[in-house]
Amino acid sequence: MQFEETLKRIQTHKGVIGTIVVNAEGKTTLDNSTTVQYAGLLHQLTMKARSTVRDIDPQNDLTFLRIRSKKHEIMVAPDKEYLLIVIQNPSE
Amino acid sequence: STSATNEKTNMLLMSVWSCFFGQDEEDGTEMGEGDEWMQGKTLIKPLDQLDLTEAELKEEFTRILTANNPHAPQNIVRYSFKERSYKPISSVDQLAVHFVLEGNLLHQDSDEARRQRAKQGGEDAGDVEEGGGEERADSVESKAGKKEQKITNQFNFSERASQTLNNPLRERGCQTEPPPRANFSATANQWEIYDVYLEVLQKQEKNKEKAKAVPKKDDDKGKKKMMLVETQSDDITKVAKVAKIIERMVNQNTFDDIAQDFKYFEDASDEYREQEGTLLPLWKFQYDKAKRLSVTALCWNESYKDLFAVGLGSYDFTKQGRGMLVFYSLKNSTFPEYIYPTTSGILCLDIHKHLPYLVAVGFYDGCVAVYNLKEETLQPIYKSTAKSGKHTDPVWQVKWQKDDMDNNHNFFSVSSDGRVVSWTLVKNELVFTDIIKLSLAGAVSEGPEGVQLPIMACGTSFDFHKQIDYLFLVGTEEGKIHKCSKAYSSQFLETYNAHNMAVDAVKWNHFHTKVFISCSSDWTVKIWDHTIKTPMFTFDLNASVGDVAWSPYSSTVFAAVTTDGKVHTFDLSINKYEAICQQPVVAKKKTKLTHIEFNPVYPIIIVGDDRGYVTSLKLSPNLRKKPKEKKGQELPKGPEVEIAKMEKLLSLLREPENSNA
Repeated sequence: MQFEETLKRIQTHKGVIGTIVVNAEGKTTLDNSTTVQYAGLLHQLTMKARSTVRDIDPQNDLTFLRIRSKKHEIMVAPDKEYLLIVIQNPSE
Repeated sequence: STSATNEKTNMLLMSVWSCFFGQDEEDGTEMGEGDEWMQGKTLIKPLDQLDLTEAELKEEFTRILTANNPHAPQNIVRYSFKERSYKPISSVDQLAVHFVLEGNLLHQDSDEARRQRAKQGGEDAGDVEEGGGEERADSVESKAGKKEQKITNQFNFSERASQTLNNPLRERGCQTEPPPRANFSATANQWEIYDVYLEVLQKQEKNKEKAKAVPKKDDDKGKKKMMLVETQSDDITKVAKVAKIIERMVNQNTFDDIAQDFKYFEDASDEYREQEGTLLPLWKFQYDKAKRLSVTALCWNESYKDLFAVGLGSYDFTKQGRGMLVFYSLKNSTFPEYIYPTTSGILCLDIHKHLPYLVAVGFYDGCVAVYNLKEETLQPIYKSTAKSGKHTDPVWQVKWQKDDMDNNHNFFSVSSDGRVVSWTLVKNELVFTDIIKLSLAGAVSEGPEGVQLPIMACGTSFDFHKQIDYLFLVGTEEGKIHKCSKAYSSQFLETYNAHNMAVDAVKWNHFHTKVFISCSSDWTVKIWDHTIKTPMFTFDLNASVGDVAWSPYSSTVFAAVTTDGKVHTFDLSINKYEAICQQPVVAKKKTKLTHIEFNPVYPIIIVGDDRGYVTSLKLSPNLRKKPKEKKGQELPKGPEVEIAKMEKLLSLLREPENSNA
């Protein structure tokens, strides 16, 4: 419940373009083609990033990943089963 | 032998007789039987027959017929080497072979037969085997490889071949479902191995716990339930955590400039302003559901430096309703971390110094409660009731104390009903002890039957000394400040006639052990040395002062908020008479500021107002000045410096007094 409320707040936050919840296999609820593309690519990238962090120190773990591009910022927060992706336009 | 000759002569006689008497006896053999037959007739003795006597005639001679071979030798001897003599052989072969004839049959499988077959081909082979029926002959023929025509009976032969029905052949195949296949790939990294080890460890620990819990049945069931719930809630809480992180990130992006200011901005223009400083507004915290309430209490969390608590209620006597306890983090200014709605307005709160999840709250209706932030419920874990000694008037201040001798947590509360009460958390209960009753000195009212009852003063604030445990100050509605000790329950150690109106706040200095500050609705802020009955400093702020707070980094810096929406910051080491910063911090003019608190580590202050907003402001460098070091000298550090600083100021004030006195 708390999670849903938080998610709602994020979605209605200023500048947020979209939010995607990806499960462990890379499936999302909305099977829009861009969504699926985002989900798949970011999933792989997050796994790689997490692997890197943990290889260096196994007791460490990835908290989140930010990718800032010219147009917007993609924020990925991984979890054991899920991946939460938020795309925001920070300059607004 | 005579018998033999007797017989011979008898036979001769027979033959003679047969010639004489007819041809009935033709056979010689029959003649033998006729010996007795002949005795019926007259006897003719031959001439050369022996004459035997009757006795001799009747003599019986036995003849034995044996199977011995008469020609076999009976006296064969062999030399025996054992006995070194010739010994007769006991058994002699009695076999007499009369006739031998060799046959000319060969077994078909014998060597000779095979040889012959090989020589002459299959024809002789057919001749060899004549025993058996037609079938065997056929089989032999088929073995030989050449067919011989069957010679069938011309007259009586009927072909009676039969064949079983050949069932039509059908192919029937069946295939099992192939087992489901899945592609599996995994990497073996250091961290994957580490994870697996951790899991195994955890399982082992759980098993140990289970083993311990087995003897207690009820606990076991309870634990099982707990474990199930844990696994379920683990998923949800994990995702909630992730969502929280994302929310903070999103907020950080939106309020990026504020975050940057908070961390790095130092007002450069302070160098040009001589002594004055400014307050830079940072985040503004507001909660939708708290809009109609005013901020009645603020408290920073000592362990989590970005977390602070806001108590919401109302100061208005007529507008008493519900209240709220809300926790914010600097990392997320849009939504509180924890929300606890309450039935009555909150007037004060305090977070335990060492246990950051324990919060003591005082209500307008006189109750006190303790919340545990770790618990999922929105209810307090302890709440005082009318039976358990709750105050009869609003509770104006609560403060946690050190754990008592039984290691129970305890806190103090002060209320308008004139009691300072100590509450101890004993297991599931809140046990209260009256520490002191504030009675108006000298003022007594006439009770029934002439008994004089002391009128209780209304306590509005208190503060405990940082080092001297038993020493504390209480401010009252009448404007007096009493210095009290936990040990004496009826007497004050000292009383100061501080203000003309209610004392809204009284606070000990963080560094100097003798100094405390007080503020009141009579527009003044006063600084005292507790050994002296008159204030050291008095400041008039032109408006009712809601709250005052010492800064944690300097003994001479303090800030006060007034109802006209301004924050006044003073640094006594720089300017003893005026504020070095007087700044309105709220947009709307009619908003009254109610509380102020300094953050223990960061150079920010939070200010609460009566519209439910909390504004955070950053102190500019001028407001945070440390004593300048003289060139060449080491910069002294630590609280001693602060104490010395204050002491210097005080000594300046005291000297004229001493000289006057």
